Amino acid sequence: MRELRREHMLNALLAAALFAVPLWAYLVDEPFLITLATRVAILAMAGVGLNLALGLGGMVSFGHAVYFGLGGYCAGVLAHHAFNATPVLMGLDGTNQMLVIWLVAMALSGLLAAMIGALSLRTSGIFFIMITLAFAQMFFYFALSWPAYGGEDGLPIYVRNVFPGLNTMRPWNMFVIAFVMLMLVLALFAMIRASRFGAALMAIRQNADRVAAVGISPFGVKLAGFVISGMITGLAGAMMADLTRFVSPSMMAWQMSGELIVIIILGGTGRLFGPVVGAAILVGFEVIFGGLTEHWKFWLGLVLLSVVLFARGGFIGLLAGKERHG
Amino acid sequence: MTTALARLEGLEVFYGASQALFGVDLEIGPGQAVALLGRNGMGKTTTIRTLCRMQPLYRGKVWFDGRDITALPSFRAARLGIGLVPEGRRCFASLTVTENLIAAARPGPWTLARVQDFFPRLAERADQTAATLSGGEQQMLAIGRALMTNPRLLVLDEATEGLAPVIRREIWTAIGELKRAGLSLLVVDKTLSELLPLADSCVILERGQSVWHGTPTDLSPEVEQRYLGL
Repeated sequence: MRELRREHMLNALLAAALFAVPLWAYLVDEPFLITLATRVAILAMAGVGLNLALGLGGMVSFGHAVYFGLGGYCAGVLAHHAFNATPVLMGLDGTNQMLVIWLVAMALSGLLAAMIGALSLRTSGIFFIMITLAFAQMFFYFALSWPAYGGEDGLPIYVRNVFPGLNTMRPWNMFVIAFVMLMLVLALFAMIRASRFGAALMAIRQNADRVAAVGISPFGVKLAGFVISGMITGLAGAMMADLTRFVSPSMMAWQMSGELIVIIILGGTGRLFGPVVGAAILVGFEVIFGGLTEHWKFWLGLVLLSVVLFARGGFIGLLAGKERHG
Repeated sequence: MTTALARLEGLEVFYGASQALFGVDLEIGPGQAVALLGRNGMGKTTTIRTLCRMQPLYRGKVWFDGRDITALPSFRAARLGIGLVPEGRRCFASLTVTENLIAAARPGPWTLARVQDFFPRLAERADQTAATLSGGEQQMLAIGRALMTNPRLLVLDEATEGLAPVIRREIWTAIGELKRAGLSLLVVDKTLSELLPLADSCVILERGQSVWHGTPTDLSPEVEQRYLGL
């Protein structure tokens, strides 16, 4: 229980730090730092999505970048058509409204996750990893060879999409949107984990047959978890496209899927604020060591190796103890 | 025939090329406790797994509440009201006691509060992971988890095996209370001195076949010696 309280306190501290750093940057007029914090919040959100599938359900998806990229393309394509005043398809217009784009991104990501999950969740272990990777690579190569939306060059979003009542071109406003959405997604994760559905999802990770013996369809629960996970990652993708005002096939590449897994392992698999810590470390390494050497990923790899070997609960586990609750 | 809550007809089960059950017949009436007896390796656990639809069968039929459930997957059989307490407890080790219980919850009179009331130890250990519980507490959790599914038939496979005598007594008292509450039971256990007074009828398995049916009072020393090695 003491460890549980320690993790709650640590989580509160992390949330406060994630808000305080860009607030300070806003006060001293350092927009770069605000954008960096926004990137951490959005990557963390994508990580929370994967954490639901991987951390709670034990589904090691090596293709979650497909939902991240699909969300990004939803934002890019809808904004592109709104900007050019051309219909997306069959008379449907584009839009520059973030809220609408998020809904579309979540709906399409959920649909794609349902289709991929329905096929891939019939397998497990290495086969599941490979099938999810294969699906993501299929979509990656499709985006690469889709000239209508920039193909390999990607698709710029000329003017950042709009949010009711806020000027999204201001870095601080964009950060506040990302931070609030991250907190909402974290609250959803905590609610799911405390629910009967979450308990079943965690139990399936241990033994699906035993879960079936208490009247739960393991496949149904895993599929539902996988779909919710895909939707959250898709939402993060749409927000990332808006932050960078650019979407490209690299958002769907296997390296992105790998980065999401790295984020979770670094922070602590299944831990509520694990993805927040993981995303902060990843972005921090990229900024600090990326400026010193182009081989910064080598050093990140060493950290990852140390975490896997010596701190299986990630940095949250290291600081808050072994208990997975929090 | 039609009054039985659960009925197994001529079960034949294979594990790969080797046959484990050669024809098992069994019937459990509403509110009845049936003792499934037999020496080790005679097919008791396989019979239970087949009833719970966790084991595919080559020939035979499984009926529950007048419905042929032979083709149903195990989670659907459980939803109809077959609650299993598996051999070796098999709780979800890294989940807390409460999580183990709520994962199994289905609507009905057995709620989290009632299960915790039935086994106060589970309320005391609510936030502990199942892995940190004693064997007896894990057994209570396994029974509690099965009760949370609000079963009409509770299947207990070696529920008191490997427990200290005091805890074993507690578990038998709990099983007795469940029977008095009207729950149908299918029980496999080696402690015949506790099991037989509770049972309404007995079925003995010998080399994968049901070879003897009767009441506990019909169980003569000859039968016990021949089939149970007592």
